[in-house]
Amino acid sequence: MVSRQQSKYVVRKEYNEPIEAPDLSAKSWLRWIWKQLTSMKIALFLLLLLAIAAVPGSIYPQRSADPNGVALYFKNNPDFAKVLDSLQLFDVYASSWFSAIYLLLFISLIGCLLPRIGVHYKALREKPPAPPTNLARLPQYKKVTGEKVKLEAAFEYLTKNKYKVIAESKGKALVELRAEKGYLRETGNLIFHISLVGVLISVALGGALSFNGQRVLVEGETFVNNRAAYDSYQPGLLFSEASLQPFSMRLDQFSITYDYLNPANYAKPLDFRANVSTTVSDQQSQALIRVNEPIALPNAKVYLTGNGFAPEIIVRDPDGTISFSGPVVFLPQDANMTSLGVIKVPDAKKQFGMMAFFYPTVGKLSTGALTSTHPNPFDPVMTLNVYVGDLGIDKGINNNVYELDTHLLKQIAGGKSGTKALKLQPGDVVELPQNLGTVEFKSVKRFASLDITYNPLDIWVLISVIITFFGLLLMLLIPRRRIWVRKLADGAEVGALAKSRDESLERIVKEISQAMKKSK
Amino acid sequence: MNPALINQELATTSRILVLIALTVYVISFLVLTVSLANRAKATKKEQTASAIRVENFGLILAGLATLIHGAGVLTRGIAANRVPWANMYEFSISGAFVVSAIYLIALFFKDIRFIATFVIGFVVLVIGSANTLFYVQVESLMPALQDYWLVIHVSVAILGTAFFTIAAALAALLLIKSGKSKSKVLKVFPDVEKLEKLSYQFNVIGFILWTFTLIAGAIWADKAWHRFWGWDTKEVWTFIIWTIYAAYLHATTTRGWEGKKAAWLTLIGFSAVIFNFTIVNLFFKGLHVYSGL
Repeated sequence: MVSRQQSKYVVRKEYNEPIEAPDLSAKSWLRWIWKQLTSMKIALFLLLLLAIAAVPGSIYPQRSADPNGVALYFKNNPDFAKVLDSLQLFDVYASSWFSAIYLLLFISLIGCLLPRIGVHYKALREKPPAPPTNLARLPQYKKVTGEKVKLEAAFEYLTKNKYKVIAESKGKALVELRAEKGYLRETGNLIFHISLVGVLISVALGGALSFNGQRVLVEGETFVNNRAAYDSYQPGLLFSEASLQPFSMRLDQFSITYDYLNPANYAKPLDFRANVSTTVSDQQSQALIRVNEPIALPNAKVYLTGNGFAPEIIVRDPDGTISFSGPVVFLPQDANMTSLGVIKVPDAKKQFGMMAFFYPTVGKLSTGALTSTHPNPFDPVMTLNVYVGDLGIDKGINNNVYELDTHLLKQIAGGKSGTKALKLQPGDVVELPQNLGTVEFKSVKRFASLDITYNPLDIWVLISVIITFFGLLLMLLIPRRRIWVRKLADGAEVGALAKSRDESLERIVKEISQAMKKSK
Repeated sequence: MNPALINQELATTSRILVLIALTVYVISFLVLTVSLANRAKATKKEQTASAIRVENFGLILAGLATLIHGAGVLTRGIAANRVPWANMYEFSISGAFVVSAIYLIALFFKDIRFIATFVIGFVVLVIGSANTLFYVQVESLMPALQDYWLVIHVSVAILGTAFFTIAAALAALLLIKSGKSKSKVLKVFPDVEKLEKLSYQFNVIGFILWTFTLIAGAIWADKAWHRFWGWDTKEVWTFIIWTIYAAYLHATTTRGWEGKKAAWLTLIGFSAVIFNFTIVNLFFKGLHVYSGL
């Protein structure tokens, strides 16, 4: 709360009071604690403590922002990671100690705020207060001498400059003026802090009601909004599945624009576009999702977060029966989109799996190993390493579709198996070793990684934040001043008091004095 | 988006302009230092007057350097077909330009000539490190940065940093002035109260701009990263800086912290700003991976 301690405006006396020695009754203890908590000294301490407490979250990986980083930390320093974890240092911003600091800070803030609302409401309705007996002791003071000096000129100046003025007169002549201006400063101060509480509440409640889901969609595939259709899913504590509205979304095409114009920037992506067809209550429409341009669907915003290749693969048994068919999502490994995918064929006569490398534009390293030289599929090639044995799928383990656990498997093509890895271009059909059948590389498709979010209160967060900012502007930029003018036997005196650092106060007092001097 | 042709020749011109500006800044810095020393030694009125003439010359040089610097920043933007603040080299040269320009403009409203050496020295340091440590060729914007919020969010952040910089220079001077040193230079500077008041005013504007940066960043993050706040390392440090300056405002206006204490808090806040720009950009893992290095 911004108010100057030394000024006469401070109503909350306890800022200045020394800490009392508490007696032992519970009630007085509570009162003492409350008094301390709502004191500016503690608020300031908590504010600085909050800044310090936020630091470790930028040093150690956080589960919320970087879960892979946390996993890696555990792998590299298992013992130290356990210590850090017990101190909640991988979840700093949800930790009990961080929460305690900001909750105490907000309690302190509310305790400080509530009485001030009443005080300010009263100040707005009341007249400017009586002047102190000795005006000369005010920070700004000026005496004007001359028999002709009249307060009317000062009155005119103050009303013209929108001061709230109370004038006292004796007979026809004015003898005393009390003026005040800049009530908006405190109004802004209160608005700022109240809407800050609004931000906290809407962020917390919004977070609890929100959900965040991820889905990888291959060209031609359709996503139908329901919990089972998400690859991963993080609901808030109070999120109800009833909030998921029925809609569907088909990825028609995914395209990328690369820079071929600028040598310094050659083959860097400039634009990612996901063209989708959406169906909302039987209404079909087309939409385009780009980075920075999510689309809005009922209770969902859809963001584009990643992309890659999904080669379409068909595996046939020796007798021609299809044992696997479909696009397989490959994970990109480098800037030229060398991609890695896993194909598991549990339904063949003999269970087998394949580890596949995809090179959009194939090239050869000096070592003879294949590489990709361009992220666009100008000359796509896929190589397959084949493994036979127990895939572990039947036991319910090893379910990660992007991983092939080769511990229980025997490699029969590629690597040191003695048989070369299979090499295919789109349209190729090749024989698998050990009479497993054939594999066909039908076509190259792309996939888009989508993030689908819902937060019913995000608009309230935005509104609170905007109000907070306007409160801040009023609170910091509008000066609050009190001015008193008094008639003296041989002239008049002007005294002024500001609630904040106010450079213009001297000028104003000067202007009022001059106006009175000039008056006739 | 269609790729726009990057004009590498103009980018080279831009770099040369920035280096010429750097040279003129260095000369300006030296002239200002000489003037400061002369003023400190001056015992007669004429000597002070002549030192002030030297100072005027130094400031005119700084103005000239700022114009050349501005042309360098502008040509970098034209060469790239976008705002010239998309990597650390560009943040640095744009930021240094804004610091210098804001300072010179402020001279018309406030008499803060006495910190000229500090401000121009800082600008020299920033441009120097930008050219030696952060220089990268002009590149097109990655899709994540192709948004109008880049113009708003980053420009206001740079502006806020400029105000914090000047406030920190004033606070540093305040600490030197109220220290034990009895150097003659100190008499050239205004008294502690004046320094504190000026530093406070620049911090207030800086804080308003920083708050705006934080809000604009959150709005952009909601568009680009599917959440308005996610404690990304850069978000964390923006928050830390905001909290430190908020504490500063409370301390100075409510607790009556004056003089040295407030100046120390300003310097702590400014250290966090610099830390956020350098260490966090270069070494911390996060979503703001735009240093270009």
